[in-house]
Amino acid sequence: MIDWVSDLLFWLVFGVVLFSLRGKRIFWTVGALGLLLLFNQFFTPGFFHIQVLGGHLYGSRLDVLNQGAKVMLLSLGMVLVIATGGVDLSVGAVMAIAAAVSSRLLVTEHQPPGIAIAVALLISILAGAWNGLLVAGFGIQPIVATLVLMVAGRGIAQLITEGQIINFLDPTMVYLGNGHLFGLPFTLTLVLAMLLLTYLMVRGTALGLFIESVGDNDEASRYAGINAKQVKLLVYTFSGFCAGLAGLVACSNIRSADANNIGLYLELDAILAVVIGGTSLSGGRFYLVGAVIGGLFIQTLTTTFYARNVSSDISPVPKALVIIAVCLFQAEAFRKRFGQLFLPIWEVLKPIRTRFHLSPAERHDTPRP
Amino acid sequence: MIRLGPKYVPLLATAIVLLAVFGMGSLFYPNFGTPRVIVNLLNDMAFVGIAAVGESFVILSGGIDLSVGSMIAFVGILIARLLQAGCDPFLAMAIALCVGVLAGSVMGCLIHFFDLPPFLMTLAGLFCLRGLGFVIYPESIGIDHPFYSQVLPQLSVLIAPKAVLPFTAMCFLAAVAIGSFLGSFTRFGRNVYAIGSNENSARLMGVPIGQTKIVTYALAGFFSALAGIVATFYMQSGNPASFVGLELDAIASVVIGGTLLTGGVGFIPGTLMGVLILGLIQQIIIFNGTLNSWWTKIVIGVLLLVFIVLQKFISRRRAGIGA
Repeated sequence: MIDWVSDLLFWLVFGVVLFSLRGKRIFWTVGALGLLLLFNQFFTPGFFHIQVLGGHLYGSRLDVLNQGAKVMLLSLGMVLVIATGGVDLSVGAVMAIAAAVSSRLLVTEHQPPGIAIAVALLISILAGAWNGLLVAGFGIQPIVATLVLMVAGRGIAQLITEGQIINFLDPTMVYLGNGHLFGLPFTLTLVLAMLLLTYLMVRGTALGLFIESVGDNDEASRYAGINAKQVKLLVYTFSGFCAGLAGLVACSNIRSADANNIGLYLELDAILAVVIGGTSLSGGRFYLVGAVIGGLFIQTLTTTFYARNVSSDISPVPKALVIIAVCLFQAEAFRKRFGQLFLPIWEVLKPIRTRFHLSPAERHDTPRP
Repeated sequence: MIRLGPKYVPLLATAIVLLAVFGMGSLFYPNFGTPRVIVNLLNDMAFVGIAAVGESFVILSGGIDLSVGSMIAFVGILIARLLQAGCDPFLAMAIALCVGVLAGSVMGCLIHFFDLPPFLMTLAGLFCLRGLGFVIYPESIGIDHPFYSQVLPQLSVLIAPKAVLPFTAMCFLAAVAIGSFLGSFTRFGRNVYAIGSNENSARLMGVPIGQTKIVTYALAGFFSALAGIVATFYMQSGNPASFVGLELDAIASVVIGGTLLTGGVGFIPGTLMGVLILGLIQQIIIFNGTLNSWWTKIVIGVLLLVFIVLQKFISRRRAGIGA
């Protein structure tokens, strides 16, 4: 009974949010997430069940928020890097380094958790700055420059942990990935705080505009007086910081630092989240909230497989199909070629489109906040 | 003195690094320079090397192929399962090669016809093949077909006392030879270089962009599938969970082999040297005994950095002359 009411409330809020986003680019990302949730509402028993245990809320949707925190944090840094026309392949390896540093300081060196976390974040920032130096300073192609740290990073992480899996029980570190605040997972607060901080940083100042102009045309923005190198250095450093945070959350989740597996393939998930969020891989205009919702979408997909007892080994296949589908729908060539096929349906829907302002022409002309 | 064109400088640097690493190994460890170690090296690196040859073509054309590791694992489990079901080994290998070419062409078509980023499309290939491997069979299957246990060992050749060149190493060398021929002496090879250097100029010159690109990815799929077959010779089993991250080794050996990741510059024999450098580093770490395997990754990372900076320096100097 309670479930039924809370579900109705959830869909009501979701519907209002979706309606208020009409005409915006992230409408489609949120809509895709809604479709996935709707599928679960009807076909995955127990997915929408939420129970209260010891004052905390538990349920599949909260698992999505908690487990998705890593990808959402990574996508915050990644979206800015991709907006400048680059890509950061090293975030998974930086996660492993941050996890290794914090665990080693905590367990082997007996340092307080505050110092362990601070040093781990500092080293991730340095790792990000190193990528930025290679890209901005030496002018190396981003995919290549970050490949160096992607390959060497895991080796460095293993060097730090001396090839061991370090287990820890420190309450502060465990709280980071497993704790609850206001009855909700702490990671949710962390992601929202980081999102707010990033939003203020890029939209509250001219930085966001600079990033977009560098991504659109590196040379032209340099002639316009924007220090493109500085902007690039900053976004890669910020991506390193986000990766460090994600690494701390990841090792806290499993209460140990496993240099081989922490963040494995997560760089790919983060890039995918950014693309699903509506940002083009070629740079330019970026969608911060879209990237975070893209991360949420990926995690919902993964959790759906778990809830439906699909083997985690097989789950990459539908994920691959999602990647191809998302890329195709964003591709100009695909829309041109297959647009005619859907034209009749598009025409039939015309009254609805005009009623809800869903026409593509309007959705690109929304004023910048 | 013979003057070298700038495009040969990375190749020369790779050769120098290869000799230096080999010299260092032979200096420190008395048995390092024996033919037996070299044969072992070729055997151990065979499947990485074959995959790297295919990867070289994709990178030369200005793209990237991330699906290599998954393809090898997929082909491995496919062959193991077919043999378990009583299939003829040659038919199984033929099916595997067809699957490789098909997967490569599908990725190539998506990349060309819809102008999608190769990075994301081959990433989809990575996920898809990895998952499909588990669909075929979720666990490792051992291969005990008579072809593997009796015929294969007879195919090896004694090339020096105590040094038997196994069939896997021969496949590797053959793949490098075929790749070098395709890259340097055929119209297809020249088209790949042209597209990698500048796609627009290539189009204006009348190079068939689409055909060349799709064939390039199909070829990479073929070499990856071949690497998968050779991996079953080497492992005598198929496992859908194996070779995670092998694409990184392949890409790293291509770059260390002097191929520019932006495309258009590089040689297939360079890739052979890059693969051998990778293998030698692993051998040295094994010979040393006290160093841990994670040093391999760090050394490869450092070498990558050195080569990337070197290439940057060369291309900048060349651009300077042009301007």
